[in-house]
Amino acid sequence: MAAVRTTGERTLNRVAIASVLIVTLIFLAPIYWIVSTSFKPRNLSTTIPPTVVFTPEISPFVKLFTKRSQLRSAPTPEEYEAAPWWERLVFDGGEKVVRSGRGEVQLSGYPSRFINSLIVAITSTVLAVGMGTFTAYGFSRFKVKGEGDLLFFILSTRMLPPVVVAIPMFLMYRAVGLNDTHWGLIILYTAFNLSFSVWLMKGFIDEIPKEYEEAALVDGYTRMQAFFKVVLPEAATGIAATAVFCFITAWNEYAFALIMTNRRAQTAPPFIPSQVGSGLPDWTVIASGTFLFLLPVAIFTFLLRNHLLRGMSFGAIRK
Amino acid sequence: MAHIELKNVTKTFGKQTALRNLDLEIADGEFFVLLGETGAGKTTTLRLVAGLDKPTEGQVFIDGIDVADWGAAERDVALVLQQYSLYPRYTVRQNLEFPLKSKLRRVPDAEIAERVARVAKTLRIEHLLERKTDRLSGGEMQRVSIGRAIVRNPRVFLMDEPLSALDAKLRETLRTELKNIQMNLGQTFLFVTHDQIEAMSMGDKIGVLNKGRLVQSGTPNEIYNNPRNTFVARSVGSPPMNLIDGKLVSGRAVMTAANFELPYAGASGSVTDGRALTFGIRPEDLQVEEGAPVEALVHDIENHGVEKILTLRVGDTTLRATAPAQMRVMIEDQVRFGWDPEKVALFDHGTGMSLRHQA
Repeated sequence: MAAVRTTGERTLNRVAIASVLIVTLIFLAPIYWIVSTSFKPRNLSTTIPPTVVFTPEISPFVKLFTKRSQLRSAPTPEEYEAAPWWERLVFDGGEKVVRSGRGEVQLSGYPSRFINSLIVAITSTVLAVGMGTFTAYGFSRFKVKGEGDLLFFILSTRMLPPVVVAIPMFLMYRAVGLNDTHWGLIILYTAFNLSFSVWLMKGFIDEIPKEYEEAALVDGYTRMQAFFKVVLPEAATGIAATAVFCFITAWNEYAFALIMTNRRAQTAPPFIPSQVGSGLPDWTVIASGTFLFLLPVAIFTFLLRNHLLRGMSFGAIRK
Repeated sequence: MAHIELKNVTKTFGKQTALRNLDLEIADGEFFVLLGETGAGKTTTLRLVAGLDKPTEGQVFIDGIDVADWGAAERDVALVLQQYSLYPRYTVRQNLEFPLKSKLRRVPDAEIAERVARVAKTLRIEHLLERKTDRLSGGEMQRVSIGRAIVRNPRVFLMDEPLSALDAKLRETLRTELKNIQMNLGQTFLFVTHDQIEAMSMGDKIGVLNKGRLVQSGTPNEIYNNPRNTFVARSVGSPPMNLIDGKLVSGRAVMTAANFELPYAGASGSVTDGRALTFGIRPEDLQVEEGAPVEALVHDIENHGVEKILTLRVGDTTLRATAPAQMRVMIEDQVRFGWDPEKVALFDHGTGMSLRHQA
């Protein structure tokens, strides 16, 4: 069926599309900036005006993963010949790769920070969403004394700017030996995300008719079995949406990670900018670290995109 | 198979009283229909029997055992709801298997398959077995829902307006089917509805609920012919019983407001004379014919094919009467009507109680 449109509607439609394009461009610009810089040769990274056309290089990534030191003199042709292709890229940048006494290449701090980030973000997301879902189910299905007050109390933990508690938290963590540990950050991020997770999940679970569980109860299942067999699959959309938000918060958290960790459990966000100060600022290395750091969230969101879209419009679908 | 008894059950939700001192008995193998308007406490009664709610006061007995401490799973009842009764994301087969896969029952896989197949055949839903439930029509959904109840062979079937969300034609078909199933299984059914036609056509016994109280319970015939009060008289029958205010004066019913009188066959005496009464007469017991005692105007005509339902106007009072389909009558025609004096029910005007029940 061909839609009949008036000229006015067509113009309006075009304006809408144009606005969406403009907004999208504005949002994509910084991402393009980071991605393009992470493939630039170092001397092009800070040119004014910015270099748009260039031959992409992989050298920033090589530098990102290796420990390097400044070259005092150019490498001898033999040294240069003997080096593998990626080491030559470092030589070309006026640096050399640091090797141990036995000749092993030393890794930079980035990979371990990245893994720390994954451990902390995934664990705290699982914990926050898991506990949040159970709590929300309880609030949604049972009469809880002072339900409104309790829910408000849970929400009120988010009203305080986190930085306000940073110093006391640091002192407490030091006292109990939680600073610079994975669990320290995991507990912290779980606590931050829990209130959000409870509120969001309560909204989703309220939407699931309780008749489903009651049918399961009557059919010979316990409350717990009914929860896992009937409620959880129905809440998948909500869980996915909540998980994405919790993951992004935990993944991107900077202030507490900076204060609470320095080496063992340090996550990527405080590590990446710390590279500015080591030697000459090499923006291409920082950009490549940031680019790789963006990927997990992008992949996670992409995998759950269908759930997210449904989650955003929840309430409008059912009933 | 089970006998169900509710003894002096009261259920309150906060400040609201849903059920008040309810006594109810359902015999083994009986099709019991609870009839009442929205908010009368029908669903609450059902949930108390199912074990989804606990009574605030009173006891529930299944086969003579007080089931206060039994959860829904242990009571072995099956529940069919108006909607949301199928598990979403599951196929029809998975829905039918679900109750059998409970750890409580431990039915062997071969038997599950066999029982599902048998139920699917009974309900003619074999072709739907592999379909997801969100791709079923309303009638198919309710069929599957009923199937999920039957497949378990429970002690009691509880049905909460299972047909109300369906269109008229389908409702009629399923009504017959459900009644047949019940007769074949010989099981106890507790069926909740607001639709008096469903109650009349399906129930072995009907309980009429009003504002949390059981007003009357009995066979459809008892309820229809001998309503306990004007509430029951109004709720059962379509069109409902005509109720006219008046009094008895020396063996004749005198309608003071409408200003007409008709003969009354029952005994009049000190109980009735001079007392403010309400006369009840079923539309089929009003006869529209020439030479009848009272004159009226035809206010409205509904042609139902098998018969016509006339609305008659006498003064400000309107009465409904059935007439043969071939009767030739027009709106605003003048007609005469009388009643069958044997079929008149008397109610106290103040309390609405039937005098027959009081005596």
